[in-house]
Amino acid sequence: MSSNKLGLDPALVHRARALAAKAGRPVVDMARSHTTVSVERAVLRLAGVTGADPDGIPWVNRLVDAVRNDVGLGHGVALPVFHALAEHGLEPTAAELTLLAQKAAAGSVRFDLPSGKAVTAAKKASRRQVAAGIKQIDRNRADRDKMIKRYGDPKQRPWIYLIVATGDIYEDIPQAQAAARAGADVIAVIRSTGQSLLDYVPEGATREGFAGTYATQENFRLMRAALDESSKELGRYVRLTNYASGLCMPEIATLAGLQRLDMMLNDSMYGILFRDINPIRTFVDQRFSRQIHARAGIIINTGEDNYLTTADAVEAAHTVTVSQLLNEYFAHEAGLADWQLGLGHAFEINPDLPESFRLELAHALLARELFPDAPLKWMPPTKHMTGDVFRGNLLDGFFNLVGALTGQGILLVGMMTEAVVTPWLSDRDIALQNVRYVLGAAGNLHEDFVPAPDGFIQRRAHQVLDEAIDLLEKIEDDTLLNAIADGTFGIMKRPADRGKGLDGVAKHDDGYYNPATEILETPAKEEQ
Amino acid sequence: MKTVVRPYGDTTGDGMTQVSFTLPLPHDKKAEGAALQLAAKMGLEPAMLVHAKQMGDGFTFFVVYGSVRHLVELDKVQVVERDFPLLTAKEVNTVVKQKMRRKLSVVGACIGTDAHTVGIDAILNLKGIAGEKGLEYYRELKVVNMGAQITVPELVAAAKAEKADAVLVSQVVTQRDAHLHNTREMSAAFREALPADKRPLLIVGGPRFDELMTDELGVDRIFGRGTTPREVASYLVHALITNKAERKKAVAA
Repeated sequence: MSSNKLGLDPALVHRARALAAKAGRPVVDMARSHTTVSVERAVLRLAGVTGADPDGIPWVNRLVDAVRNDVGLGHGVALPVFHALAEHGLEPTAAELTLLAQKAAAGSVRFDLPSGKAVTAAKKASRRQVAAGIKQIDRNRADRDKMIKRYGDPKQRPWIYLIVATGDIYEDIPQAQAAARAGADVIAVIRSTGQSLLDYVPEGATREGFAGTYATQENFRLMRAALDESSKELGRYVRLTNYASGLCMPEIATLAGLQRLDMMLNDSMYGILFRDINPIRTFVDQRFSRQIHARAGIIINTGEDNYLTTADAVEAAHTVTVSQLLNEYFAHEAGLADWQLGLGHAFEINPDLPESFRLELAHALLARELFPDAPLKWMPPTKHMTGDVFRGNLLDGFFNLVGALTGQGILLVGMMTEAVVTPWLSDRDIALQNVRYVLGAAGNLHEDFVPAPDGFIQRRAHQVLDEAIDLLEKIEDDTLLNAIADGTFGIMKRPADRGKGLDGVAKHDDGYYNPATEILETPAKEEQ
Repeated sequence: MKTVVRPYGDTTGDGMTQVSFTLPLPHDKKAEGAALQLAAKMGLEPAMLVHAKQMGDGFTFFVVYGSVRHLVELDKVQVVERDFPLLTAKEVNTVVKQKMRRKLSVVGACIGTDAHTVGIDAILNLKGIAGEKGLEYYRELKVVNMGAQITVPELVAAAKAEKADAVLVSQVVTQRDAHLHNTREMSAAFREALPADKRPLLIVGGPRFDELMTDELGVDRIFGRGTTPREVASYLVHALITNKAERKKAVAA
């Protein structure tokens, strides 16, 4: 797809990437030297700890909290937990780990840091147990590959991405299957409003959510099983998406890997900007979750579309490019390959603005040309959907056309009833007709669409890239954390010492050990 | 003035109306008949079924055009008309500066689990909406935007700390009437926490509120879809300054 339709200067593109790497590097260093309660809980989930206490608080939370009270988080939980297992004569198995969590919650276990030979023993036992969880993730990835081979990928690009959001997993399932039958290639189950700020992952199948359904391991399992049926029925592999975001990002990524989800929303800065989650917490959690996604063969979707819903889509176009470059850098650093980068952007320019469609084309094509091997995620208009459903349907048609003209990878289907109701059955049907018409009538138009040299579209794309480079230079001088604090992205100001979840962050002490990170940072082939 | 009107298609009084709906039936003759029966019960008579399309296994989508027999009686229409003058930002600043002699303090938030800040941001953020700057732009207003997913106790505490003259709450999510529950909880908490004369003006906004429900929800004003920052600022000046005497009298009574 790298055709240089925009006549971008390769030296400039190279410079933009180098600047993003420079800006991102200190954040990665910070992420490598800190841990969080959620990273440690994810380690325990990989080791097989499941279930929750009678109040619904997961045992991983109870166990991490108990360890933190006794010895802090600075050494990680693996050493004190597996040391305690040995001290109490328990086997290093999933079942006995859960038993230990129950004992710890009851106050009958005290945690200590091992020393001498006990350190080696605890490391070995924890690594073996965590490796079993990662092995499950590897098996799921292999299963997915097999199913894709058997059933095939969608025939067309972009993949058609549809949302279900009833709040009740047992209502979601038939809706998701109906959506797949109607043409959806990717099903996203929207999470309940507010889950991002829960510092635990709810347990079990859930039937009550607000404007969405809770992300739980059991809900993941149920929906994936239902879509496996649909894949078989339809003869194409139907992908499942959820959200690795919020305070439990690493755990949800882990559960996604364990239940063979296929895509996860996972932005580097979304939680900071839009949920007021502490920046350090977010970057630490994000790095671990991306390492899991890399291993699990999950495609991440980043959230640049959100910047354009708060800031002006023309004025802030370059902040999308900057964020895409940063997301790419963080993703590569965590081990994700280009085919796993569903970098986001959106059709959010005010339609009353003259030339708005040409501007959209310029921005979308810029993303396409900058990231030729990434399955870009193209997000529909929301901000200028007014409740006039007729105009909304027209706008969605133009959105679909930009998607076709610029070779987008994943197209989130826009609803003409955006901002009116959660989509009705008929809204979804009309929206899919819209997509099918545009892709059917103009799906290959990108072959013919070459913007005039030095014309409006080329000039606009160059301008956005220049502005992005200017901003990256400023960020590099000021550091990324300060830029976020100053409100560079999406107008929100988020200082590094504020925001939710900061108390769950700990700096590594000497001797910090995380068996999951150790395995994930070893190339897959060496790990047996 | 006319007191009765009918919908207008292309001729005065023709009553022409267009509706669309889905019935949980596969598409066949009977389903079309069912759609026409529903149209008749809605008052569309005669009705034309112009489009029917089956979706999935057991559902059909219909578009129906028809003449509605109902009359709209204008003298019985009830709405909340704007009962305050619309001021410019400059006028708002002048009145606050001259009459209040201090900054007018506003605290805003999305409460409950609602994470949609788009409404409160449109009203409060400097950026504003549709080319109109938000309340942060008004020099004489001191604005604290708490953002999303704020609990009611957090909001009450912030309103006290900021000595808020007005509290603005935005609610977008309406699943299971969350917006109504949250608003009632909020107004009750303020009533409990502060005596009537210290209580800030309580304002809620959101696309799905009925503007007539102020008493039922225990708030001073409800703003619906399409409200602009300027309207809110003008209302604040009206309720807190220009009309304050009346408000005090009402509280005493």
